Amino acid sequence: MDWSPLLLSAKLALLTTVLIPVAAAPLAYVLAFFRFPGKSLLDAFVTLPMVLPPTVLGFGLLVCFGPNAFLGGVWEDFFGQRLVFSFSAVVLASLIFNLPFAVQPMRASFEKLDSRLLESAAILGLSRTAAFFRVVLPNCLGGLAAASILVFAHSLGEFGVILMVGGSIPGETKVASIAIFEAVEALRYDDAFRMSALLVPVSFAVLLIINRINQRNA
Amino acid sequence: MSLHAAIRKRLPHFELNVELRCAPGKLTAIVGPSGAGKTTLVRLLAGLERPDQGFIRLGETTWVDTGRRVFVSPRKRGLGLVFQDYCLFPHLSVRRNVAFAAEDDHRVDELLRLFGIRHLQDRKPSAISGGERQRAAFCQALARNPSLLLLDEPFSALDAATRETLRRELKELKTSLDIPVIHVTHDLTEARFLGDAIMPVVNGCITPDWLERQYAPCLGETSGSPA
Repeated sequence: MDWSPLLLSAKLALLTTVLIPVAAAPLAYVLAFFRFPGKSLLDAFVTLPMVLPPTVLGFGLLVCFGPNAFLGGVWEDFFGQRLVFSFSAVVLASLIFNLPFAVQPMRASFEKLDSRLLESAAILGLSRTAAFFRVVLPNCLGGLAAASILVFAHSLGEFGVILMVGGSIPGETKVASIAIFEAVEALRYDDAFRMSALLVPVSFAVLLIINRINQRNA
Repeated sequence: MSLHAAIRKRLPHFELNVELRCAPGKLTAIVGPSGAGKTTLVRLLAGLERPDQGFIRLGETTWVDTGRRVFVSPRKRGLGLVFQDYCLFPHLSVRRNVAFAAEDDHRVDELLRLFGIRHLQDRKPSAISGGERQRAAFCQALARNPSLLLLDEPFSALDAATRETLRRELKELKTSLDIPVIHVTHDLTEARFLGDAIMPVVNGCITPDWLERQYAPCLGETSGSPA
């Protein structure tokens, strides 16, 4: 059996988990503590990937990542490679698809923080950015960990979005969920079962870890 | 530098309308019942809330002037604030809490020694007593050499003995600080003990009668017959 789809899924999940806090944590901070016109619009926009059918999001991203689109064009000019149907496209799509799954628990964790700690930081002369790094993040590590683990588990099982922007290129974009789908279509049930049997306990373990973290933070 | 503020702010049940002055080295005690607007007043002075109308000046510096649309953010006011329940950063040791915004380590050492908590400097706030936490909060507020010290019921969460000790320490400290100190309390005894001036606030307004009414029953009991 070809194990490369599982390894690719693990690589994708790890990369998404490592990269997503860079975008999700500042967004969660802004949504939790800032008041500004258009906040509910931003909130809805960030949450959109959670409610959209993955194929719809995937189609939108496919158009955006294409060489004639702005994003795809800039990528090609900068890196000299086509974005669409590459592992980079899969990672980018995974980041966008997972954004609300990271932002929501992070935001909930930030909102639980005693707001006077931020007031105290302001009185002690800290900027809002400095307060984010020196007060918010260190006091919300549990929420950040829960969000990251949720994203890891979610990335392992991605299918629709990945298929739309990455296709099924072995070793490049053919992740475990796509390989399982193809194995079933080709009536290779043994292969599908073996890969599924590995994903189920991993996902189960991840949920157990999230529950433990949430219990500790409650 | 003296503090001079005249502020109006509409609150859900009444309008806060207060003018106060405080000279360096002096402590103005703001007393009044719960919900009188005392904490809002402190928050306005700190810049955590904006007044509807009025001004706040410290010496020649204007922090707020609604007429000229001036509002200096709390970050730039350079003041110290001690909250009722300490509000120390739970992830930092006592020393790092005090050093959080301090300009030099000598000041941190000096304050930890002055407040008698140097031996606790490596502990987290959760591992020390309420009185020790409040001492640490005072150190943190003073570490930046603030130009104004605001105290929002700083002793109300403490036991009687610790409260008494800290009151005495604050009384000794206030003149040496040489900055205006605004102390909010609902405890008249504390206000009388610490305050160079007492400002009773009821329903958002300065109400001298309230102070007399609070004292009247005591005077009646102790005086018995006219002297």
